[in-house]
Amino acid sequence: MAYNHKDVAANRPSRLTSGHRMCAGCGAPAVARMVLKAVKPEDHAVIACATGCMEVSTFIYPYTAWTDSFVHTAFENAGATLSGVEAAYKSMKRQGKLPEDNHTKFIAFGGDGGTYDIGLQSLSGAMERGHDMVYVCYDNGAYMNTGIQRSSATPRFADTTTSPAGSVIPGKMQSRKDLAKVMVGHHLPYVAQTLALGNFKDLYEKAEKAIYTEGACFLNVMAPCPRGWGYNTEDLMEINKLAVETCYWPLYEVVDGVYHITYKPTNKQPIENFLKPQKRFKHMFKPGNEWMIEEFQKEVDARWQELLDLEAMTNKAE
Amino acid sequence: MTEDVLNNKTPINDLTIGGNIYTAGNAKEFKTGDWRSITPVFHSDLCKQCGLCFPVCPDDAIPVGKDGCRGDFNYDACKGCGVCAKVCPFKAIEMK
Repeated sequence: MAYNHKDVAANRPSRLTSGHRMCAGCGAPAVARMVLKAVKPEDHAVIACATGCMEVSTFIYPYTAWTDSFVHTAFENAGATLSGVEAAYKSMKRQGKLPEDNHTKFIAFGGDGGTYDIGLQSLSGAMERGHDMVYVCYDNGAYMNTGIQRSSATPRFADTTTSPAGSVIPGKMQSRKDLAKVMVGHHLPYVAQTLALGNFKDLYEKAEKAIYTEGACFLNVMAPCPRGWGYNTEDLMEINKLAVETCYWPLYEVVDGVYHITYKPTNKQPIENFLKPQKRFKHMFKPGNEWMIEEFQKEVDARWQELLDLEAMTNKAE
Repeated sequence: MTEDVLNNKTPINDLTIGGNIYTAGNAKEFKTGDWRSITPVFHSDLCKQCGLCFPVCPDDAIPVGKDGCRGDFNYDACKGCGVCAKVCPFKAIEMK
């Protein structure tokens, strides 16, 4: 069904209510809410959250912001917990303990710390075993919950509290991990990379496909963090747009190993436009540091070209 | 409702076992409006109901009716981030 953003806003219940304690202007709650709007209103969801901002601030006793079942998990095992829940559900259904017409969807949310780093082995296991679940990683590029420590999702040269930019090091020294491609290596039926853009069409459609594709699916969603990235809070959607237009965060999906880039910018903008509004990259604009921007641009270009090549290659083989 | 039953004076024996919460979505009762330092003001005469502001609100503070049209802000929830005002192409939301 074609996406009608007004229809979705009016007729799909909000499954993440107000009253959660995420920061003002955080990119993640809007993403989680829209992902859950893709669950049909008559279906139930079971949600597990890896430790992170999303977990600790949406479920503060005695309040929960989730209208569906929710399981607290530790940092490293959101994938394992949810795969256990899914297996139990299947077993109970087989034994006739649950009605035939009960449809439950299993969705895990994890930040980049709980997904790229600490939760990677349990995620990999859950994906490999092929449980019918969706893992959504909201990537804000560092451990924001504990005070902005670098993670393997942090881009190169970013200033964080454990990779402080100064005279000794130029911010984080390593490049970021490409998790969506790691997940493609698991040969999943559906892997996508997306973010909240415009009226959220891309995010909603990919979430819907992921939730209603049988088997283990993975979504990697960029969710800016005004605290950690140091941009003006109200510029959330502008940052998202620049990430796509500069090809820093390309939008693509991989269906059974075949790549489709869902948005190709007509005029690819220089990466400075994305870096400039963020304080974590401020040192890159100091005189004498131009090489950092050049290096960053080179990396973005190389990854974009790799994606174009992969698309061309996998579609030809069809 | 939740506050009447469970609050920071509740004796430990009266808390739910395992810290379970039996009322789904009860965070709605928790008001985050007092976080706000600037307030969005909705000018309904300038609004064209384009819908760009509906999904961006992190706090679900923009109520949307069954007809797909928005109403005034839920100030009990709004934290005053200003993302909605920035995405509005018609200047129908003003931060004060």
